[in-house]
Amino acid sequence: MSTAIKPKHQRLVLLVIALLALLGAGLLAAWALRNQASYFYLPSDIMDQAPAPDQDVRLGGMVEAGSIEQQADGVTIHFIVGDGSARVPVSFTGIAPALFVENSGVVAEGSMGADGTFVATNLLAKHDENYMPRELEGMNAEQVRAAVEGTLE
Amino acid sequence: MIAELGLVALWLAAALAGLQFLAGFGALWTKMQGLADLARPAALVQALLCALAFVCLLLVFARTDLSVALVAANSHSAKPLIFKLAGAWGNHEGSMLLWVTVMALAGGLIAAVERRLLERTMLATLGAQAFVGLGFYAFLLFSSNPFERLSPAPLEGNGLNPLLQDMGLAFHPPTLYFGYVGLSVAFSFVVGALLTRQVTPEFARVMRPWILGAWVFLTLGITAGSYWAYYELGWGGWWFWDPVENASLMPWLAATALLHSASVLAARDALRAWTVLLGVIAFSMSMIGTFLVRSGILTSVHAFAVDPERGSFILALLTLYIGGALVLFVVRAGTVAEGERFSVMSREGALVVNNVALSAILCVVLLGTLYPLLTEAFGVRVSVGPPYFNPVSAMFFLPMLPILAVGPLLRWRRDSFARVRASVIALVLLALTVLLGVWLWAGVAILPLLGMAVAAMVAVGSVLPLRGRSLRKLPLAVWGMVVAHLGVAVALFGMAADSAFQQERLIAANVGDVVEVGPWAATLEGVVPVAGPNWQAIEASLTLRYQGGDGTLTHPQARAFWQPPQETSEVALVTRWNGQLYAALGNQTEDGRWQLRLWWKPFVTWIWYGGMMIALGGLLALLGRLSVDVRRRLAAGKIARRKADEQVLAA
Repeated sequence: MSTAIKPKHQRLVLLVIALLALLGAGLLAAWALRNQASYFYLPSDIMDQAPAPDQDVRLGGMVEAGSIEQQADGVTIHFIVGDGSARVPVSFTGIAPALFVENSGVVAEGSMGADGTFVATNLLAKHDENYMPRELEGMNAEQVRAAVEGTLE
Repeated sequence: MIAELGLVALWLAAALAGLQFLAGFGALWTKMQGLADLARPAALVQALLCALAFVCLLLVFARTDLSVALVAANSHSAKPLIFKLAGAWGNHEGSMLLWVTVMALAGGLIAAVERRLLERTMLATLGAQAFVGLGFYAFLLFSSNPFERLSPAPLEGNGLNPLLQDMGLAFHPPTLYFGYVGLSVAFSFVVGALLTRQVTPEFARVMRPWILGAWVFLTLGITAGSYWAYYELGWGGWWFWDPVENASLMPWLAATALLHSASVLAARDALRAWTVLLGVIAFSMSMIGTFLVRSGILTSVHAFAVDPERGSFILALLTLYIGGALVLFVVRAGTVAEGERFSVMSREGALVVNNVALSAILCVVLLGTLYPLLTEAFGVRVSVGPPYFNPVSAMFFLPMLPILAVGPLLRWRRDSFARVRASVIALVLLALTVLLGVWLWAGVAILPLLGMAVAAMVAVGSVLPLRGRSLRKLPLAVWGMVVAHLGVAVALFGMAADSAFQQERLIAANVGDVVEVGPWAATLEGVVPVAGPNWQAIEASLTLRYQGGDGTLTHPQARAFWQPPQETSEVALVTRWNGQLYAALGNQTEDGRWQLRLWWKPFVTWIWYGGMMIALGGLLALLGRLSVDVRRRLAAGKIARRKADEQVLAA
């Protein structure tokens, strides 16, 4: 079939196909990223406007003192994440990292449940000097509060 | 003294790179033979000097010379020798020296043996190679000097990060670096060919072994990294779409596309401009990968030190080389004449589909990896994970694979569908049978289902080119293709089977409890605290039985290191031919039970077997190509000698 096409044309056709495919990939990526990227929320953001129940998000804040409660099954914990102005109850089933403790920063991956509890599928706690969930890097409770207040002004 | 010797060797090597750069490009424009004669020797001596510098670094590590800052920061006199040596490149400065050394050795090798291209093209290539090298010498000498002295010398070193004291990790970074450096050589050839307007099949044949070598190393590096993350992180996953993983996947995707388009250029003199562009993109992806890893700009489970200064340095190099090469491409692409034509129904046509699909996957992975950076510039923090990457990449990957199954059956230039009709129908029927069979039998999710159907099709399709050919006379390169394509099918089957059939159990168990997961029964025999040289752990004794057979006693641990403070999960693995049982120990509950997480992962090991087969295929192809080159060169030498003899006789 292409024997009738002049050389210049075949090159053009290939170029157009490649560009169309890449453009398609780019558009698909842009569309999927808008829907699938998981946004970062502070507890006060959740209070302002909670994400849709089935949407994957990341919730970051401080684990409130005295709030970690282990459930009877032994593998589920309930705790409260706060940022100084708002508090969100979180439920997590799984093996919590050993450095997940009260009064320290945590980023929980998961989604909001219908009852206003955040259902976490994964917890990221501060591992060592080099790695910390980027959103909470170097922040203590005061600073998280300050950051939140800063955004409220 | 040794450290100073290494530093001097490094400075001299950098100076020679400067000379090589001036000689290569100077001779290209002034046509002075005197300058041209300098380029090759400069590359050779530079390689020797770099090797000397690297040996010096190994020596100071072997002797634990604590007056060298890098040794004090990363080593310890009580470490086993093998980890002392591996520690030499298990850090930023040492790994960059390794990069530069491998690059100089590659440059020296080209200068010593490569005589097939026009001398002008070789000069431009050596000049470009030196130009890329100079940037990395500057990076090394001005911002990451591995030989810096520390005064006063401490009494003892800091020790190496315990996660890195692992044979796998000792070889994982160099493997990826060899891949990146191989792509830098391909890049230099591309610049040389563009500058001298010599985008020819011969150029593709000269460049191909370097792409193949780089691709084999990248494949091995990614496979090993995936297995390491699987057993070391304790989450039971083998690919997390972590930015650092993507940083190694993107050059691999580009190199895979480049490998196939270079084959078209070498065999058929088509896809000239496209191959050249891919050469630039492949090296760009290596640079972007290095930038993402070394700058720590993206959130990652990989714990790399964040260093903005080094990040900016690599970003500047990236802009310079990639920007420069793209400008050169735009300026010169018009002068690259159109290659040979081919019909859609041909080997070339199938390879174009492969290239377009791989480029599209590269595009979506790159966008997904960089998207968080983009949104952060607007103050919005997001992370992008499997819900984005899995479906979007599969959308291009799965349609590409049927073409992979059929493509090798097609002839070059033009073929008729009638000739391959029977094979195509058989392959499609096979895929449909598997699709329907698995769906009726197990009813799995759509992506794993399609994955299994396509894997069956690729597995059969990849061995079909062997049909009707003498297996003993088959060229090694064809064997390479068959093995690599079969590896794709094996790995894909592993991924699909693991996603579809894995079973998970998360439970808090008392000592003596029996936990069932899939065909396995696990008995918790006991839990005791244990201590190692620089860690303490709680260790469970877990007896694992497959379908009531003999028990295997395993010891999963939750381990905590204290210097630097870090926790790791030492999982227990029991491997069978049809999969792996994966057991991780968690924390103790308030009432004294122990958290256990067990996975039965059918055929998960096939993912890494497949990866190794792909690398083996690449190695076979590389050996095949090299042996043909050597034989051709010997034959040419023989003919030249005979001619000379005849002339002597005639005289």
